[in-house]
Amino acid sequence: MLRLVLSIIFIAILAAAALFYATHLTIPEERTQRSFAPDIVKRGGELAALGYCASCHTAENGKPFAGGRPLATPFGTIYGTNITPDPETGIGAWTRAAFNRAMRDGVDRAGRDLYPAFPYDHFTKLTDEDLGALYAFLMTREAVRAQNPRNELAFPYNLRLLLAGWKLLYLDKAPVPIDPTKSAEWNRGAYLVEALSHCGACHTPRDRFGAEIASKRLDGGEAEGWWAPPLNRTSPSPVPWSEESLFNYLRSWDSGHGGAVGPMAPVVAALAAVPEQDVRAIAAYIASTLAKPSESEKRVEDNQTPAIQANSQGAQLYAGVCAACHETGGYVPFTVASLGQHTSIHGPDPRNVIHVIIHGIQPPEGTVGAIMPAFADTLNDAQIAEIVSYLRARFSSGPQWSNIADEVGRVRRRETSP
Amino acid sequence: MNAPLVTPSRRDFLAGALVVSFSLRSLSSFAAEEQQSPKPPLPGSLKNALMLDAWIRVDADGTVTVFTGKCEIGQGIRTALIQVAAEELEVEARAIHLVTADTVRTANEGFTSGSNSMKDSGAAIRNAAAQVREILIGIAAERIGVAADQLHAQSGAIVGPGNRRIGYGELVAGEVLHAAAQPASRLKTPEALRVIGQSMPRVDIPGKVTGGVSYVQDLRLPNMVHARIVRPPSYEARLQSLDPSAIEKLPGVLKIVRDGSFLGVIAEREFQAITAAHALAAAAKWDSATKLPDEKNIFGFIESLPGQDYIIADKHAPSGAAAQTLEAVYRRPYQLHGSIGPSCAVASFDGDALTVWSHAQGMFPLRKAIAEMLHFAEDKVRCIHMEGAGCYGHNGADDAGADAALLARALPGRPVRVQWTREQEHQWEPYGPAMLSRARASLDASGNIVDWQYDVRSNTHSTRPPGAGQLLAARHLEQPFKPDAPKPIPQPEGGGDRNSIPLYAVPNVRVVHHFVPDMPLRVSAHRSLGAYLNVFSIESFMDELATAANADPVEFRLRHMQESRARKVISTAAERFGWSSTPLPRGRGRGFAFAQYKNLGAYCAVAIEAEVEHESGRVRLGRAVAAVDSGQAVNPDGIANQIQGGVVQSASWTLYESVRFEPTRILSQDWSTYPILRFGNVPESVDVHVIDAPGQPFLGTGEAAQGPAAAAIANAVAHATGMRIRDLPLNAARVKAAIGV
Amino acid sequence: MITLNVNGRSHEIADEPNTPLLYVLRDTLELNGAKFGCGLGQCGSCTVVVDGKSVFSCLTPISILQGRKITTLEGLGSEDAPSPLQRAFIEEQAAQCGYCIPGMIMRAHALLTANRTPTDAQIREHMNPNLCRCGTHMRVLAAIKRAARGMQAADASAPRQEVRP
Repeated sequence: MLRLVLSIIFIAILAAAALFYATHLTIPEERTQRSFAPDIVKRGGELAALGYCASCHTAENGKPFAGGRPLATPFGTIYGTNITPDPETGIGAWTRAAFNRAMRDGVDRAGRDLYPAFPYDHFTKLTDEDLGALYAFLMTREAVRAQNPRNELAFPYNLRLLLAGWKLLYLDKAPVPIDPTKSAEWNRGAYLVEALSHCGACHTPRDRFGAEIASKRLDGGEAEGWWAPPLNRTSPSPVPWSEESLFNYLRSWDSGHGGAVGPMAPVVAALAAVPEQDVRAIAAYIASTLAKPSESEKRVEDNQTPAIQANSQGAQLYAGVCAACHETGGYVPFTVASLGQHTSIHGPDPRNVIHVIIHGIQPPEGTVGAIMPAFADTLNDAQIAEIVSYLRARFSSGPQWSNIADEVGRVRRRETSP
Repeated sequence: MNAPLVTPSRRDFLAGALVVSFSLRSLSSFAAEEQQSPKPPLPGSLKNALMLDAWIRVDADGTVTVFTGKCEIGQGIRTALIQVAAEELEVEARAIHLVTADTVRTANEGFTSGSNSMKDSGAAIRNAAAQVREILIGIAAERIGVAADQLHAQSGAIVGPGNRRIGYGELVAGEVLHAAAQPASRLKTPEALRVIGQSMPRVDIPGKVTGGVSYVQDLRLPNMVHARIVRPPSYEARLQSLDPSAIEKLPGVLKIVRDGSFLGVIAEREFQAITAAHALAAAAKWDSATKLPDEKNIFGFIESLPGQDYIIADKHAPSGAAAQTLEAVYRRPYQLHGSIGPSCAVASFDGDALTVWSHAQGMFPLRKAIAEMLHFAEDKVRCIHMEGAGCYGHNGADDAGADAALLARALPGRPVRVQWTREQEHQWEPYGPAMLSRARASLDASGNIVDWQYDVRSNTHSTRPPGAGQLLAARHLEQPFKPDAPKPIPQPEGGGDRNSIPLYAVPNVRVVHHFVPDMPLRVSAHRSLGAYLNVFSIESFMDELATAANADPVEFRLRHMQESRARKVISTAAERFGWSSTPLPRGRGRGFAFAQYKNLGAYCAVAIEAEVEHESGRVRLGRAVAAVDSGQAVNPDGIANQIQGGVVQSASWTLYESVRFEPTRILSQDWSTYPILRFGNVPESVDVHVIDAPGQPFLGTGEAAQGPAAAAIANAVAHATGMRIRDLPLNAARVKAAIGV
Repeated sequence: MITLNVNGRSHEIADEPNTPLLYVLRDTLELNGAKFGCGLGQCGSCTVVVDGKSVFSCLTPISILQGRKITTLEGLGSEDAPSPLQRAFIEEQAAQCGYCIPGMIMRAHALLTANRTPTDAQIREHMNPNLCRCGTHMRVLAAIKRAARGMQAADASAPRQEVRP
């Protein structure tokens, strides 16, 4: 009953919003030659790396920023758009005002509301100066003619009109507050994390309308079928995170926690090109959100009880398949001393672990980075499930995961969770 | 497959030893004779073994066996040498049995290195074969009673008037081929050649693609056991303590061998040895005194080390006045050989004598080193070459041979196979040394080079045996052997200064080799030695000069090149590539480079297209075209294969490779910490044009392409981006840093 | 005892169940095709085909292979009767040292079994896990394409197989 009432209220709000926001004005095209100061463009490049724009706006093996990358959401597939300065298919005809409106209000130059898969709920907090630098950077990229693919959204999510209501409910345009009791580095980190780097977009859970739940900020969320772990005190990581370990992780790899995989890998790859102090600022801020008084009590589990070892076929599979690299005490490069150090082993669901086993880890071409072979063709679903279950039992004090076998099937078929 | 698959019997061993001592005796008598009446020099390696039957034997049943002291290391030498022998002997190639380096059976031809195999062994075998053919014709002439000029050799027989045929087997009674080689041979004329110059399929490939016993890794001797070595965590670390008692009880473990800091375990089965080695590694306690320099400042560190200067070129001639002067510094980091198959060896000790099967490049030097290490007489050690994975220079092969020798001595009667791990190969092989060069040149008003000053600073490029101290295990023993004092390899071949003298016609040239004896990291011969950096430097600099002279890079090279064969190679590559100055789309560039390897070997020019992704700095390789003149081409497809491989291998070195280290240890331990080229980024195509030079001497080809390919890529990147990068490798981060936002 | 089906023949294997397939193939069954390259799943020298898919035999314990169909280089053909893919490698002279080639052939075999008409890009992507150090990549690609053409032609001319219940 309450649900029905809420829904009616929501629809009423939508209708009201539709009235107010039914049309946004089109901002006229601008096709003049633009020029920017080199240091502004350079700064814009660093900011674009801090916002890892390229990771959503570049298709696999595609031209940078030319769009076309599919992003699976619970509402359907949304494609990253072409943000190169091509006037026809990209944003070449966008004025600075049009760019600002997209970043701040989630409205494109033609006046259409944008889906919040583009995280303007974070970018709205960017300073004018930073927006200017980003604009300068993007407008000086190679113009690539690439038509944006049509989004594949089910009714009613394909109605952009709804987005106006969504914004009314959820778009908080207040700037990131400055905490005078904290260091400049911390405040810089807060700004980057909350605005440009939009960490919450993946690491904060979303409600059924796809909005980040304010009360559960950085409690852990979703990204492309992966679990995005909490970046606050709810983190189940058995190894305390410090500024140093976060910095190591964000820059390359940390011996206490391992390295970024899945959708986080391109983030870390992009941060390689960012000035060290910005990465340190992010690390300082996230370290403060993660910290909790009981950190010193944390320890890495390793329950090699006879029951776990004897009852599980997983134990034998682990010894045969995984141990060659993962039972060497961290001797093999990019392995941590114990798999129990990986946060994913302690997560609420087994998806990340399954992803890595099935698809492996490959570093970008020619770069130093972890290589793990894909076991999709070596192990069958039941064997993967046995290994996953064994890893959880041995290395985590959390309850055994349910539905491991189903998740294995879904990850193998590259489906997202229901 | 020539290597015996059974343990050689004592009798075989003695028979071999007799051959050796006999050859030595004949060597000394011949040498004495030679001193009295000087003769013209013998071709190729004939001077290393003066008797024809040291190279070629014909059995009574007509079987032809050819002996080479060189090794097949993936360069296809086995096939090329068979072709040479078949040509002059007039026998079918498939009827020839080729024996490669074996200290009992073959001549001592030193190392198979420096692209010298065709020049050394090819020439020796060709001349020996021609002389054998003439001897057989002579015998047949006597037997039939006709003049020799009425006879000819054909398909393993001497054929005379009336089609009378006498098989070689019938002519070789006694020791007719035990005759001293002569300086001059009746070689077939270029027009008469029917095997040389043909792209004969490689004799080893069918076995390799169907699972034959092709490598020392595949050698299975009766009763053979398996071993693994446990190495220290770093160069200088010493074994402090070890309680092996639990490991000795592991399944299959036969013996734990410890001598100082040398530690190995032998087990019945391979996986048992692996399991025991892991346990052994966990149980061993090491100290660590290793102090490596700061990787970020490695070139500053190398420059701070004392050096010995060798002025290797200093010529002066009148020239035009300098209108502009350019100067540039080029650097190359430590780079790995990185064999795909880590080093391996098998050794067998019968309580008296030791046999080692090894994929090292020099069996005689290895024998000497192992004998010294074990305090054995040299004739108690036999080294037999078997192929390994491609080595590209001095990798862990010799060291694995020493490991196997130490372990086999500890377990007489059981052949021991020792296989290095990937991590051991990466951490312990001797790297190609980090080097730097400084080039300075002036152009006159019309864009001609008038003076050229070039300085190259480098460690040695050979720490190979025969000194026992060159073997890794020997340094770790309780009574350690000290490495030999490093020495530069003299010109004209050169080591760090290989190819440092430009082949271009410049009136004033001064080249100085600053030899740095102290080696912060273990280094040795890495394919093409210093030529890789020197050609990269000179050919990058030529492009920089061409730009300053406002000239096309190919035209600028031809303008300064007088040697006709070099000119032909340059113009052929340019023509086949379709070299032009038409502008390319944004981000694309073309590059060109040339060198004659060692200024003595094959001439090679490479043209390549590259595309640079502006946002990432990632370099993608497009079309590549190479032209090569290897002298008389014995196997054109074999030459093409070497050049194609050289271009692709060099692309990997040039785009990605650099050994990483920190003060206490080497960080490059596997392919994740030392990434190399994968299929995703190989060039679109690599076309090779072999320019035949009939009647000309064979010129080494195996290392001809690496330097030119590196410079061609760098020139293409410079053309694509407008930025000149002088530090290798040209990885995405470095290129991006150069081109900026 | 574990029963392994290798190249169509059953073998009773007494090795410990955790033993990686690579060592059983090389030492117990004395098959040379699969090579040790890294033991870490980074280079592909040890690639064999299991149930039609290419796997790293260095990281595959025999315990999981009971009842699965293992194919090694030796199972494709012999020196006297090479398979079309092996023949293509010989015809293209696609080897220098040749050490990585058995793994290349096996990975390519899995590709061509599933897809007779791979594009150049698909071949490069599929072969990416396997490393070659001699720089024979161009010839390996040429050999795979040559084999694919040959197999397509053979498919086209082969009589349709009768399907029997």
